[in-house]
Amino acid sequence: MDLKLQKIIPQLITVLVVVLVFGFFTYNAQINMENRGIDFGYGFLSQESSFDVQFSLIEYDGSHSYFRAYLVGLLNTILVSVIGIIIATILGVIVGVARLSPNYLINQFAAFYVEFFRNIPLLLQIFFWYFAALRALPLPQDADAMLGVFFLTIKGLYVPAFIWENLNVFLYSIVAAIIAIVVIRTHARKVQETQGKQLPVFWISVGLIFILPLLSFLIGGVSLSFEIPKLKQLATTSFKYEGGISLPPELIALTLSLALYTATFIAECVRAGIQGVGKGQKEAAASIGLNPNQVLKLVVMPQALRIIIPPTTNQYLNLTKNSSLAAAIAYPDLVLVFAGTALMQTGKAIEIVSITMLTYLSLSISISILMNWYNKKIAIKEK
Amino acid sequence: MSKINFLKPDKDNLTTFLYMGSFLFVISVIDVFLNSFFSLNITGFLPASLSFIIPIILGFIGLYFIRIEHSGNKFLDQVNKNINTSNFNAILSLLIIFIIIKSIPPVLSWFVVDASFAGDSKDVCSGTGACWTYIKVWFRRFMYGMYPNAEQWRINLSFIALALLGSVGYFATEKFKKYLTLYYVVIYPFIAFLFIFFFISGGPIFFDFSYGIIAAVISIIIGFFIPGRFKFYYFIFVPITLYIALKYFIFYEELIELGKLDGLNWVETGAWGGLSLTFIISFFCLIFCFPIGMAFALGRRSDFPLIRYISIGFIEFWRGVPLITVLFMSAVMFPMFLPADFFIDKLVRCIIAISLFEAAYVAEVIRGGLQALPRGQYEAAKSLGMGYWRMHIFVILPQALKLVIPGIANTFLALVKDTPLIFVVGLLEIVGMLNLAKTNPEWLGFAMEGYVFAAIIFWIICYAMSKYSYNLEQKYKTER
Repeated sequence: MDLKLQKIIPQLITVLVVVLVFGFFTYNAQINMENRGIDFGYGFLSQESSFDVQFSLIEYDGSHSYFRAYLVGLLNTILVSVIGIIIATILGVIVGVARLSPNYLINQFAAFYVEFFRNIPLLLQIFFWYFAALRALPLPQDADAMLGVFFLTIKGLYVPAFIWENLNVFLYSIVAAIIAIVVIRTHARKVQETQGKQLPVFWISVGLIFILPLLSFLIGGVSLSFEIPKLKQLATTSFKYEGGISLPPELIALTLSLALYTATFIAECVRAGIQGVGKGQKEAAASIGLNPNQVLKLVVMPQALRIIIPPTTNQYLNLTKNSSLAAAIAYPDLVLVFAGTALMQTGKAIEIVSITMLTYLSLSISISILMNWYNKKIAIKEK
Repeated sequence: MSKINFLKPDKDNLTTFLYMGSFLFVISVIDVFLNSFFSLNITGFLPASLSFIIPIILGFIGLYFIRIEHSGNKFLDQVNKNINTSNFNAILSLLIIFIIIKSIPPVLSWFVVDASFAGDSKDVCSGTGACWTYIKVWFRRFMYGMYPNAEQWRINLSFIALALLGSVGYFATEKFKKYLTLYYVVIYPFIAFLFIFFFISGGPIFFDFSYGIIAAVISIIIGFFIPGRFKFYYFIFVPITLYIALKYFIFYEELIELGKLDGLNWVETGAWGGLSLTFIISFFCLIFCFPIGMAFALGRRSDFPLIRYISIGFIEFWRGVPLITVLFMSAVMFPMFLPADFFIDKLVRCIIAISLFEAAYVAEVIRGGLQALPRGQYEAAKSLGMGYWRMHIFVILPQALKLVIPGIANTFLALVKDTPLIFVVGLLEIVGMLNLAKTNPEWLGFAMEGYVFAAIIFWIICYAMSKYSYNLEQKYKTER
């Protein structure tokens, strides 16, 4: 009896405190909203938003609903995160490997990079790129073309647009190549396990991923042409590029700083992962006659990845969450469009902030569930 | 002397290869050096594209010639081992050397040679270099925000006093060492709070605290007579109840009026700013987030399912949302949750929000430490007859915290780096002040100088912190 009571009392008190705090907040919120004549509800999402967003991946203007504005913000956030993650991963892996290089100059250079970018607040870096570095770029009419087709100006980066014909055939060919690679890989593994033979899976994969899309060009009727941006004079001093795709400076500054900043953390994860594989593992692999490539591919990488991937996913999540700093330089991401402009217009603070938080929350929880599943899958199974 | 094969440098012709290789390498470096420092192009007679890559080619051939293994020359072996192990490495080394040489002149000229330091107006900044005059003129704003110039000695005095009080630990004798934890956890934050509240904020001196002190004293005296089993719950609830009772029911407003004395000029928190605000916010968040985080880390590993689920919910919620939305919440949503006449200062709301946010990260770090401890530690402590709190305070937490020093240091670093985000609620610390100064019509066009200045300051703070945490880690490393 006494033991049971000892178990129940602390839990009861904690729950009571939590309930009381939440009850207090809801009660106050109700009274405050009554006093100010605000009603609670998510009906506003279908109303006309009547504000414009300068950069959007889907068709949007003031006549669309608030929900569409939310989608615009969400897509912009995802766009920045995906580009940032790709660049940060490439840079992070290079720097992480460089830090382990036997070459003194290279590993010092990499260490300098990591220490430098890691110790400066991200917001400061974003401001630096947006307000200081990118402002030093030339005006549209003075910009020189890079490789003849890219134009980097103070108003953003202009790149050629792809104009596809029969795009779907091309996509099918890529999907087919991926499926073929997966099939070949499983077959190769089976061959290795039963007969101990190694198939050149890597080269076959590279070949497939190039040849199938190439075939789609040759016989599938796919064609690709470029629309190169052209300078157009609007008035005597006002110029603009037309055609092609324009990436606003906000997007460039944001992805650049996010990638440079996150790459330092990814580099540290990669370094820790590779260092985490014991020397004995490499020596044992070499002593049973594997060549250096095989040692790397079959022994070091599988173990290093097990250490690298969980913290790196964490960094991807951080990058996604950090992309909300976009609000500081007016890149129309979820926070700026929805928790900024839409909140100012509707005054529905609780609803909008809760939706914004829930979006980020579901994003990160789904990724961490995926992560846990993956961790379980690759964990060392002891017999 | 044997035959020389230029494609295969060998030990027999060591001197020949050494002289030739060094000569070519030095030529390539001199070429780049002259090019970047004196804009002299000694290979200008060649076509432009060839002249551009000639240093790399020469340097590469030079490094190829001197790549002789086990040459017997110690210096040469060292060079080969460090920067010249293969063709690929040689090219990378050359590129890095050339990039460094190339980037010295522009950086030096921007920072020092062409920069302007003198004067106190924009007119002196006509050169191509940095305008440090701008930093000089705005220095007080960057450090103290909108805090009145005449009152800034208060901030300085508080910070110096707190720094001195904080360094007490280094001078404490053995006799007082055992009280240091108590001092740093309870007394020091309290003194710091008094300094901030009375000195930096100023205004009439309020005796609001005295209720807290009275409540604490009374409850401690009664606490001696409470049976040990209930002491824990007693000390959680009774002091708070007493404080509320004293404040709202026993003392009347007339008495409060009596307690108001005229103090220093009141400076509202909206005027605080600059680097000092960064320090204030980081300091308080650091103090608050640690105990909260520890509590939730223990809660997450608790045997009571309800407490565990509440802790998991708390931690995962704060870890899942970006700080900027939390600050948004504290700015626009939180006032809705409070009674209409109840007002919490913007700065305090900010500190609460950041503390809760970072506490979730601290909790996860500490949980990592708790999980890393072997079960034997728990079982040994239990077999000695220790209860939950005794076991954690004397056995588990000291070991677990030692293990997670790097993780906690990283979290604190993240906290310092996150402080600029308070611009969301309209508080301007150093980065916010920079953005304000940048838009001043008198001083347009000096964004770069401002950001470089702030970056240097932040870099020094963060780098020092990470080095300090590394030292701590080494100091407390125990073999197990």
